[in-house]
Amino acid sequence: MLPARFEYHRPSTLDEALAMLAEHGEDAKVLAGGQSLIPLMKYRFSSVGHLIDVNRIDGLDGIEESGDVLRIGAMVRHNQLAASEVIAAGYPTIAAAAPQIADPLVRNLGTIGGSLAHADPSGDLGSVMLAMDGSVVLRKVGGEREVPVKDFLVGTFTTSIEPDEMLTEVRVPKPAANSGGTYLKLERKVGDYATVAAAVRLTMDNGSIGSAGIGLTSVGLSNIKADAAEEALRGATPGDEAFAEAARLAAEASMPAADVRGSETYKRHMVDVYVRRGLTRAFEMAGAA
Amino acid sequence: MQVTLSINGTEHTVDVEPRKLLVHVIREEAGLTGTHVGCDSTSCGACTVLLDGTPIKSCTMFGVQAEGREVTTVEGLAGADGLDPIQAAFKEEHGLQCGFCTPGMMLVASALLADDPDPTEDDIRWAISGNICRCTGYINIVKAIQAAAKAKAAAPEPANA
Repeated sequence: MLPARFEYHRPSTLDEALAMLAEHGEDAKVLAGGQSLIPLMKYRFSSVGHLIDVNRIDGLDGIEESGDVLRIGAMVRHNQLAASEVIAAGYPTIAAAAPQIADPLVRNLGTIGGSLAHADPSGDLGSVMLAMDGSVVLRKVGGEREVPVKDFLVGTFTTSIEPDEMLTEVRVPKPAANSGGTYLKLERKVGDYATVAAAVRLTMDNGSIGSAGIGLTSVGLSNIKADAAEEALRGATPGDEAFAEAARLAAEASMPAADVRGSETYKRHMVDVYVRRGLTRAFEMAGAA
Repeated sequence: MQVTLSINGTEHTVDVEPRKLLVHVIREEAGLTGTHVGCDSTSCGACTVLLDGTPIKSCTMFGVQAEGREVTTVEGLAGADGLDPIQAAFKEEHGLQCGFCTPGMMLVASALLADDPDPTEDDIRWAISGNICRCTGYINIVKAIQAAAKAKAAAPEPANA
């Protein structure tokens, strides 16, 4: 399958790329790992006048902690996330999700920035970033802004990015030492979209739950942040009762659609099961820390 | 648009439309048809090649993106002395039936063994989890990769001639 014709650009610096976005605006699309964009172009769901390939720009693939913030370059590939020692040591929700994204070949090219900008409700990293209260850095010629992922993900394949902006970095607040987290994904086979998945983060505070983050995959028009469940957990005594109530609220917040992967009732039930299981696991990790 | 890339150590300069995928460049411009087009939608792994040693799906990258890169296809596995140990093991262990997925499977195996000469069965199954085989049930593919690992360990081959 061939996509429709487009102009191909290969900038070697960020400034060059931003200038191209400023010039071509609505008619331009940034090519990162291409693992979602290229299929969309081949199916002709997406038509692109100017394709701006940012794979040759240096400095967009770092993973580093500065102070209490983890900075992940937009071009960090999923396999790089999965192999990162910094992430394995302090960000269990990301560490659990990364090796479950798509399949090993896709993970060798797919990027965190591309995945978030694609805004597929079945994307794993959107839920992870909602649970972690992450944000994205959007750059344009002469400007930069930081947007929380919960405000960045607007709807299916829709974000709050402007046509002249490029996502350059993802920022994640470092969880406190007594935190835990995980990502549980139900899929029919490797590489399929999640039937349901839940990203969970839990931070303890003197025996009670200090704060919690929950993001849900494949059960709505975008990744869903389970606000009510997070709120119910804040200050609660950790345990089966609190986790069951949070899981019930998360299931209530989900809006799954029936498809070949399961009925609405089944998916909502699996949200309940996975959130409960995820919170239990996160609590064990937080206790062990 | 002119693109220069190396395929199995041979430099190719070709003039292609940017919308042509890497698999088209490999098959149609370089004439190497061992790289197969299966699903053409990033699901099956039949078009797997190594890009600077890393396995990727060549149906999901534009040819122009490979400018200056080194591509290895199944044709690049055999050396002057004959079959690569991975190819020999697939033959010996009946690691293929129709053969359509085999180039991708062998290239993934080659990248895996380069990275980890002694993988567990789980490691092998994990590594090939992006490659679909509709014939074998995977059992003999896993056996073949295990046999190739043993063969390579027993007789470390010189760099592919």
